[in-house]
Amino acid sequence: MIAEIGLAALWLAAALAVLQMVSGAFALRGAEGEANPLAIYARPAAVVQAFLAVLAFLMLLYAFAITDLSIKLVASHSHSMKPMLYKLTGTWGNHEGSMLLWVGVLALSGGLLAGFEKRLPERTMGATLCVQGFVALGFYAFLLLSSNPFERLPVPAAEGTGLNPLLQDIGLAIHPPTLYAGYVGLSVAFSLAMGALLTREVNPAFARVMRPWVLGAWVLLTLGITAGSYWAYYELGWGGWWFWDPVENASLMPWLAATALMHSVSVLAARDALRTWTIMLGVLAFSMSMLGTFLVRSGVLTSVHAFAVDPERGAFILGLLGLYIGGAFAIFALRAGAVAEGKRFAAASREGALVFNNVMLSAILAIVLLGTLYPLLTEAFDVRVSVGPPYFNPASAIFAVPMFIVMAIGPLLRWKSDKPARLQFELALIAALMIGAIALVSFFGRFPLLPLLGLGLAAALAVAAFLPLRGRKLARVPVATWGMVLAHFGVAVSLFGMACEGAFSQERLAAVAPGGTEQIADFTVTLESVTPVAGPNWTAIEAQLAVSRDGGAPVILTPQARSFWSPPQATSESALLTRWDGQLYAVIGNQAADGRWQVRVWWKPFVTFIWYGGLLIGLGGILAIAGRVQVDVRRRKAAAMGDQRRADIEALGAAAPLPAE
Amino acid sequence: MKAKHQRMVLVIVALLAILGAGLLAAWSLRNQANYFYLPEQMASDPPEVGQAVRLGGMVQKGSIMTEADGVTVNFIVTGNTADTIPVRYSGILPDLFVEGSGVVAEGSLGPDGVFRATNLLAKHDENYVPKELEGMGSQQAAKMAAETTVGLK
Repeated sequence: MIAEIGLAALWLAAALAVLQMVSGAFALRGAEGEANPLAIYARPAAVVQAFLAVLAFLMLLYAFAITDLSIKLVASHSHSMKPMLYKLTGTWGNHEGSMLLWVGVLALSGGLLAGFEKRLPERTMGATLCVQGFVALGFYAFLLLSSNPFERLPVPAAEGTGLNPLLQDIGLAIHPPTLYAGYVGLSVAFSLAMGALLTREVNPAFARVMRPWVLGAWVLLTLGITAGSYWAYYELGWGGWWFWDPVENASLMPWLAATALMHSVSVLAARDALRTWTIMLGVLAFSMSMLGTFLVRSGVLTSVHAFAVDPERGAFILGLLGLYIGGAFAIFALRAGAVAEGKRFAAASREGALVFNNVMLSAILAIVLLGTLYPLLTEAFDVRVSVGPPYFNPASAIFAVPMFIVMAIGPLLRWKSDKPARLQFELALIAALMIGAIALVSFFGRFPLLPLLGLGLAAALAVAAFLPLRGRKLARVPVATWGMVLAHFGVAVSLFGMACEGAFSQERLAAVAPGGTEQIADFTVTLESVTPVAGPNWTAIEAQLAVSRDGGAPVILTPQARSFWSPPQATSESALLTRWDGQLYAVIGNQAADGRWQVRVWWKPFVTFIWYGGLLIGLGGILAIAGRVQVDVRRRKAAAMGDQRRADIEALGAAAPLPAE
Repeated sequence: MKAKHQRMVLVIVALLAILGAGLLAAWSLRNQANYFYLPEQMASDPPEVGQAVRLGGMVQKGSIMTEADGVTVNFIVTGNTADTIPVRYSGILPDLFVEGSGVVAEGSLGPDGVFRATNLLAKHDENYVPKELEGMGSQQAAKMAAETTVGLK
C-alpha cells in the first residue's frame, strides 16, 4: 500500500501543478487591480501540491525504513542489515529517490511562497506561481515517466543489494538535502524573476520579496558545499578537499551565480538600481542549478555521484534544461527592453564595486563552466582530455584576486558616488597588510605564488571585513550588517585555510613494520599493531598509530581499510587528529610482501579553517536573513498599530488628525 | 551621461569581461588540458617530457614489482598492440589494482621513457569503469570486464 499511496500522491501533485499553472496564467489576463475569477486556484493548488509531494517522499522514506523489498528501488539500494540511519539516508542515495527529494523540496518551497507571501501584487504572484507550476510539472513528468521511485518488483527480493559504501556516512544525511534545498530555493528566485519580468514589476518591493529566497538558497548552497568538501576530504582518503571534479563544479557554479544574485538583489532593494541585471542573474542562477542536475543525473559523467547511466533520462533532463533555460532567455530578450532603467551611480560607489564583483563572479563562472564542459565537447570529436587544477586554479585566480581586493574596499564606499580620497587610511591599511603578509611569509621560505597571494589577501580581508564597523555604535549596527561583516570575515578565514593547506602541507609515505616509527613535521608516528575488525556490514584491517607531538603523550589513531560485502567494495577510512593549528591525516594501505604496511600521513596546518570559514559565511547569511525579517516584522507591527489608532479615532467620531506639513 | 548610456556602458564592460574569461579559458584549456594516451599512442607519438597527461591500458601480468622502500611500484601497461609503457608510482595502490586489469595513470613521461604516475585510477567498484577505458578494443574490454568485475552479474 505504501508505494501505491506515494505514487497516487505524486500523480495528484502533478495534476495540481497543471491547475496551478493554468490558474496562474489567468491572473495575467485580468485587468489592472481586478482579480480574474479563474486566478484564485493558484495559491491553494500550490499549498496542497506541497502536502502531496512531501507525503510521497515520506512514503518512500518509510519504505526504506522498513526495508520493503517488494519495491524495486529499495531492493536495489538497501539492505536489511544496514544501520537505521543509513537506511533512511539511503532514500536519497540513488537516482529516483534523490529526484523525489528534489521535487518534494520544490513543491514545499512553492507551497510556502503561495501560503505566506502577501506583499506582491496578485498579477505578479499569479505569474510567479504559473512559472513555478511549469517548472514543477517538468520534474513530475520526469519522475513519473522515466524514473518512478515506487515501481514494484513482480516477486519481492529476498535481500537488498545494499548502498555504495562511500555513501554510508553521516555526510549523506547532510550534504544532498542541503544542496538540493539550495538548488530549489533558486527555482523560487527564478519564478519570482520571471513573474516580475512578465508583469513589468521589477522594483525594490519585488526585490525585498525575492531577497530572503536568494539569501536562504545561498546559505544552503554554502553549507552544502562546505559539508560536501569535508566529506570528500575524510571519506575518499586522498587528502584533498577540492578536486575540481565536474560534479563539484556543478555545485560551485550555482553558488557563484547565487552569490552575484544575492548582492545584486540587495542593490535593487536598497537603491533601485541594476534591475535587468538582477533578473538576468536570477535566470542564470537557476540555469546553473538545472545544468548541475543535468551533469550529475544524466550519466554523462562517471563519478560516485552519477547513480544512473541511462541515455533516456539524460535526454529527458537535457530537454527540460533546453525548455526552461531557452524559454527564460527568450522571455528575457523580449521583455528586458521594457524594464525601465534603474537609478544611476558613479563608478566609484558601492554599487560600482558590487557590479565589478558581479562581473568577476560571472567571469569565474564562465571559466569553471568552460573547463567542466570542455571534456564533453572534445569527446564528440573523439579526443579524450581531462581538465584539472593546472587549468582551474590559475584561470580562476586571475579574476578572483581583483575580486577579493574590491571586496575588501567595496563595503567602505558610499552608495551612489564616493571619492576614493576619503578612504586613504583604509586603502593604505589594506595594501600594507597584504604586502606585509606576503613579505613576511616569503622571508621564511619559497612558496608557490597562488598560496602566497591567498595568505596576503586573507590577512587584508580579515581586517577589512571589520572596517565598516569603525566609528559606529556597535549596539546600533543592524543585524544584517553584522551578517555581512561575518560572511566577509568567513571568506578571509576560508582563504587562509586554503592557502595554508597549499603552502605548508607535509606528506610522509612509507612502508612501516609493526613497531616502526616515522617522523612528520613535529609529530612522531608509531605503528603499534595492525588488527582485523568487523562492523555491521563490513570487515576491516585497522592500524593502531600512536601519534605524539614533540614527545608529548601519544594519541591513538585508527585508520582502516574496509571491505564491504554488499555491494562488494573496498574503502579507505582515514583517521584524523585535529589540533587548533591543523590536522594530521592518516591512511593505511596494503601490506608489502615482507610484512611491512604502507602508511600515508599528512600534516595539514590550518586546513580546518577552510570549513570554519564556510560555516562563518553561512552564519553571516543566516544573520542577514534574521535582520531583514526583524525589520519587516517591526514595519508590519508599526503599520498595524497605525491602522489601529486611525480606527480608534474614527470610532470616537473625532476629526482625523491632519498630517504634519 | 544619459540613462541609456550608463546601461550600455555596463553591458559592454560585462560582455568584455565575460569574453575575456572565455578567451582566457580557451587559450589555457588548449595548454593545460590533460590528454589521454593509449600505450601505442604514447610509443609512436610521445608527449613532451614533464607534460601532464593520462595513460590508460591494462596492467601486464607478472609485471608488478615493489621496490625495497615498500611504497614504490613499477609495472608495465599494455594496450591493443605489442607496445608497452613502464610506469613508476609511489603511493597507496587503489583497492582493485591487480595484474591484468584496467588502469588509468595520471602523471608525466620522464626523460628515461618511464611514465611517472602521480595518481592511479582503477575500477573502485563493480559499476565504475574509468571513462577512458570504455572504448578500448572490444575484446580487451570484455576480457577486462570479466576479470575485474567482482561478485555481481
